[in-house]
Amino acid sequence: MRSAPSRLAALLRQGHFVVTAELSAIDSPDPAVTLNRAAALRGHADAVNCTDNTGAHVHLSPLAAAHLVSEAGVEPIMQLTTRDRNRLGLQADLLGAAALGVRNVLIMSGDDVSAGDHPEARSSYDIDSMQLVRIARTMRDQGTYLSGRRMESAPSFFIGAVENPFAPPYDFRPARLLKKVEAGAEFIQTQLVFDVPRLDAFMRRAGDLGLLERVAIIPSVAVPRSARGARFMKEKVPGVQIPDAVLRRLEAVPVARQAAEGIRIAVEIVNQLRDIAGVRGVHVIAIRWDEGVLTVIEEAGLLPRPLAGAGAAVAALP
Amino acid sequence: MNEPVSLLERAVIAIERPFKEAVWDCRMCGQCILHSTGLSCPMRCPKTLRNGPCGGVRADGACEVFPDRPCVWVEAWEGSRRLPLWRDHADHLNPPVDWRLQGSSSWINLATGRDRRRPRGWVSEAADAQRA
Repeated sequence: MRSAPSRLAALLRQGHFVVTAELSAIDSPDPAVTLNRAAALRGHADAVNCTDNTGAHVHLSPLAAAHLVSEAGVEPIMQLTTRDRNRLGLQADLLGAAALGVRNVLIMSGDDVSAGDHPEARSSYDIDSMQLVRIARTMRDQGTYLSGRRMESAPSFFIGAVENPFAPPYDFRPARLLKKVEAGAEFIQTQLVFDVPRLDAFMRRAGDLGLLERVAIIPSVAVPRSARGARFMKEKVPGVQIPDAVLRRLEAVPVARQAAEGIRIAVEIVNQLRDIAGVRGVHVIAIRWDEGVLTVIEEAGLLPRPLAGAGAAVAALP
Repeated sequence: MNEPVSLLERAVIAIERPFKEAVWDCRMCGQCILHSTGLSCPMRCPKTLRNGPCGGVRADGACEVFPDRPCVWVEAWEGSRRLPLWRDHADHLNPPVDWRLQGSSSWINLATGRDRRRPRGWVSEAADAQRA
């Protein structure tokens, strides 16, 4: 098996607790905008997700964003949904990403167009995320497209997928995770964790299935900026579950201090997650609030991050 | 449906379509996997997912896209637990849909093997994907 020269993969292999973050959605053709937003996360996150029309709203393409993020000296994770491209477009973008030096891909079905700003659109859904994980894996390991035709050389990827332990059918979720790992997923980023006990139960089941050694699970933690923002997320973002206790805690604080409370909540969740067996890192995100993300990473004691290039150096030690 | 349809196939479709539409709300994909989805048709899923639910399923088990309908895959999972056979089929990796078969008879496709055609580069077993 070809090992991917992804730094994120190297850090995980070495046993580091990794930190990933997310480039906020970009609506500017000016590369400086993307470069600056990526640079703001440099040194705090080991890799940065470049979303694919997040929430089914159009933004800068993840392929272009991932390229610019690497130009800014940050390792990108290119997200790819099966909503907006058919099997030809998806494979073309996977190969294109590899050609631009993108080494991490994160594959998902994506929010339905009804959640976005073009609800009248026709979705692709030519293939599903499980099938795309397998196709990406075959492109990498065998150097062939789905059609069987060979590429000139095989692309190198660290292949990620997503899972939502907080959505029914709860019993099926660990089995579906196993299926994704069998399909070829090597790391998993989860839906936002507010309900830590449910994540813990999911991780135990994943452990029973022998998955904790086979896949690096990276739960996502959101930094709520206000009670209103949290309520919006709970009601409008598909798949996000926020317990009422969390909402009440934010609402109990005056509006001016809710951001600080949000940071406290996120730091507490990060610290609880670190104690759960099999949690290999955290993905810290906020809605257009990089400052909140950086503060949570600092206050949770996740700094300093391993130096860029340290991966190769440590791997070379006897 | 992109392939020529014989008189026989038309006659079979005339029986198959109303029956499967009435019983399973079938969408005539022509490559039926109802037995591995607890008899819940995955083509009713707005994302036509063939390998399990998306992450958007609501806390009450309703569909992300149609909040007034149960998620097809919640029904599939519960249905597959009740079936005496094929329970482990929920773990099987279903291949990409062959959209050329849309509207054709899955009964005939099953008999002729047309529903088991795969793209040449599709690797159905994980062990094969790792052999590089």
